[in-house]
Amino acid sequence: MEFFRIKHDIPFMSYGKITTSISLVTFILAVFFLATRGLNFGVDFTGGTVMGVHYAQAADLDNIRSQMAGMGMPDVQVQNFGSSQDVLITVPLKANKVGAKLSDEVRDKLHARDASAEMRRVEFVGPQVGKDLVDNGLLALLLVSIGIVCYLWLRFEWKFGLAAIIANLHDVVIIMGFFAFFQWEFSLTVLAAVLAVLGYSVNESVVVFDRIRENFRKMRKVEVHEIIDNAITRTMSRTIITHACTQMMVTSMLFFGGETLHYFALALTIGILFSIYSSVLVASPLLMMFGVSREDFIKPEKPETQEVLP
Amino acid sequence: MNQYPLWKYLLILFALLAGLVYTLPNYFGEAPAVQVQPKHGSVNADSALMQRVQDVLKAANFNPDAVTLDATGIKVRFADDDTQLKAKDVLQKELGDDYVVALNLLPRSPQWLTAMHALPMYLGLDLRGGVHFLLQVDMQGALDKALEGNASDIRSDLREHDIPYSGISRDGAALTVKFRDAESRGKGEEEIKQRFSGLLLNSKEEGGDYVLLITLKQEEMKRLQDAALQQNLVTLRNRVNELGVAEPVIQQQGADRIVVQLPGVQDITRAKEIIGRTATLEVRMVDEDHPYTQGMPAPLGDELFKDQEGNTLAVKKAVILTGERISDAKQGFDNRSNEPAVHIDLDAVGARKFKEATRENVNKRMAIILFEKEHGVLKGEIVTAPVIKEEIGGGHVQISGHMTAEEASQTALLLRAGALAAPMDFIEERTVGPSLGKDNIERGFHSTWIGFSAITLFMIAYYMMFGGVSVLSLGANLLLLVALLSLAQATLTLPGMAGIALTLGMAIDSNVLINERIREELRNGISPQAAIHAGYDRAFGTILDSNVTTFIAGVALFMFGSGPVKGFAVVLCLGILTSMFSAVLVSRALVNLIYGRRARLSKVAIG
Repeated sequence: MEFFRIKHDIPFMSYGKITTSISLVTFILAVFFLATRGLNFGVDFTGGTVMGVHYAQAADLDNIRSQMAGMGMPDVQVQNFGSSQDVLITVPLKANKVGAKLSDEVRDKLHARDASAEMRRVEFVGPQVGKDLVDNGLLALLLVSIGIVCYLWLRFEWKFGLAAIIANLHDVVIIMGFFAFFQWEFSLTVLAAVLAVLGYSVNESVVVFDRIRENFRKMRKVEVHEIIDNAITRTMSRTIITHACTQMMVTSMLFFGGETLHYFALALTIGILFSIYSSVLVASPLLMMFGVSREDFIKPEKPETQEVLP
Repeated sequence: MNQYPLWKYLLILFALLAGLVYTLPNYFGEAPAVQVQPKHGSVNADSALMQRVQDVLKAANFNPDAVTLDATGIKVRFADDDTQLKAKDVLQKELGDDYVVALNLLPRSPQWLTAMHALPMYLGLDLRGGVHFLLQVDMQGALDKALEGNASDIRSDLREHDIPYSGISRDGAALTVKFRDAESRGKGEEEIKQRFSGLLLNSKEEGGDYVLLITLKQEEMKRLQDAALQQNLVTLRNRVNELGVAEPVIQQQGADRIVVQLPGVQDITRAKEIIGRTATLEVRMVDEDHPYTQGMPAPLGDELFKDQEGNTLAVKKAVILTGERISDAKQGFDNRSNEPAVHIDLDAVGARKFKEATRENVNKRMAIILFEKEHGVLKGEIVTAPVIKEEIGGGHVQISGHMTAEEASQTALLLRAGALAAPMDFIEERTVGPSLGKDNIERGFHSTWIGFSAITLFMIAYYMMFGGVSVLSLGANLLLLVALLSLAQATLTLPGMAGIALTLGMAIDSNVLINERIREELRNGISPQAAIHAGYDRAFGTILDSNVTTFIAGVALFMFGSGPVKGFAVVLCLGILTSMFSAVLVSRALVNLIYGRRARLSKVAIG
């Protein structure tokens, strides 16, 4: 079986202007939503209390809401989580006056009303912790970016490192843009997924870059854009197959991994889709723009001059 | 050209066999167990205790699957949770309060596997259920308290030496001592410098007053903070011991935080109460006139307490001092006999009270008792009960005689622990019920399995024989990854399980790269053998580059991630290492075995 038997190279580079503009628009949209709507940070970052309660029968959400309001917390989010028997109660830090003791009070209260109520999960995060996590997350992002640029610089050329990191940070921003637009919860696990995507999609660019370097060495007297077109076309089959395989795993997580892994898998899915696009249609045009040339890899041969020595 | 030397095959075979052995314990799983250990360090778990445990279980008609003795205590394995809980109750009742009886999980694998240190993966709290607390130590509180203590000491010191001063007050992180003239300030400065080495003195004139500004030295601040943290760690350890948790984690995190992890704890409310409570320390006199005899009630006006060795003493109800008067306690040496000793510093009020009490009670025993609230009841235990040799003034107390340096430092820690050096706040709590943990394992397992099957079907349909080889090497990758995780006993979390799935999904990339390359070479008209060779050869550089970038991301996540995310990072990094091995070496070995020998190979099944 073979899906991609492409006879002639597809002139990707001649679409360069269109593709980079498309991604510029997507990028601007993502930034726009990030700026206007902002991320819906989970308790990991904002602090607060999340309690997962399991009931023997379908839970009565209104009843739980009124119980919470009775405890002096009207601004509490009560929603089903996974099934009608599972309830997730989220209390923001502001509404919580007793700190870590809150979960005990809620447990007692809910248990008194319905003996089958079982507190299966509690997450309380104080304000000090959240700030550290945001700082550490940003630091990790920075470190990964620097590390990747340095590695690609070492292995290829600075132009490659820069092109790859721009293309892939653009993926990261777009993932976050999606999370801002749909107001999906941005938790610590999602952050892990975002950073994994950064590593993963650079990987994608590296495969194309590798082929470009090889072509520069093999294909003499060919225009730069043809060299890149050829590299992309020839790696395309591998790109699609690999991503399809990774996506099979991720899809399986999305549907069978439960609520905790749901957004993790979602972030990966968006990341995988956009990393194909960006490494092929953004990184390579950027590389052209930076003026990559054969001389980056092959030292121009010295003209043989005759020297006269005294 | 596509032949490996024998040693390479053997190496791969060996790696896979080792992988299989260390993966095996996960297949057997873990069984519920009860762990018994003596509460006090002075008693060791030995074969006599093991015999006793066995007798108790036999008398109560329990049939444990295994009883073992090791450094951490006696472990008894049962077939199911129900028996485990019942046996725990019986053991706790029969053995009494001197033993910690805790619930635990033990690998069900055969003895020879355990002997090879082949253990199942260590499950994180989100998979096995349990509590995670992060506590913040209020360092400012510790420093303020120390400064206050210094203020009252300076006050009585100046008074003792008849140095006139007009007032001492604390203003934030500094003490202000006011004098009427420069001469008394000079004397005061001299005296304070000599007595208090940890203080920084600054003199200045202020509105006609001669002022001495006193702050803590930088190294003194650091010492106080370290001491406060160590003290709180010790307190927490003692408290957690009472909870009966088999493998608690109590660790310092950063400069002023403490992590407490209690796997498998069911009663969270109680755990929180015990960890969050404040202990107090009291100094009282032992009632020597009415010594306690076994089985009798306490003499009138006395209370009964046990000491560290388990002996019961009758102690008077009247309190001489409370723990707040102890400003510091450290291990040291007696300057006459050079024996190990405990040095206790009391504040000014404490020193005066202690002086009076010791004057009246020479040659009698006093008891230092640690009180802690448990189930709302105050429970006391004697830390030490030395004999008073002479009147002790000046607030410097030394306890010595018949102890090792280790015991002395232990006692010092307990004395300090009695008065919490600094208050602590819960700043993070994560609780996962045991049933949710089981669900999480199942989900993680399911999604990995379904994803793996989908990839298998696709790869074999698309690449035929080479797809089969890829899937086999992917299986080898999973085997090696699980073996490494088990061997390293790295904590496996739910994101970690997601990491396993993701690593597998990403690892197939190497094989796709190789297979595509071989197809391409074949299309260029090269002979199959040469195509295989070139395919593996050329793809390797690309595989290396692309894995290094992911590895960088993994390392950064490990450095900056916390908790579950760290688990994900560990899996990601290890997975990259194993996938390099399996995708390149294992799959090549398989291809070599299948095609390598045939000299005139005209066709390969690559779809």
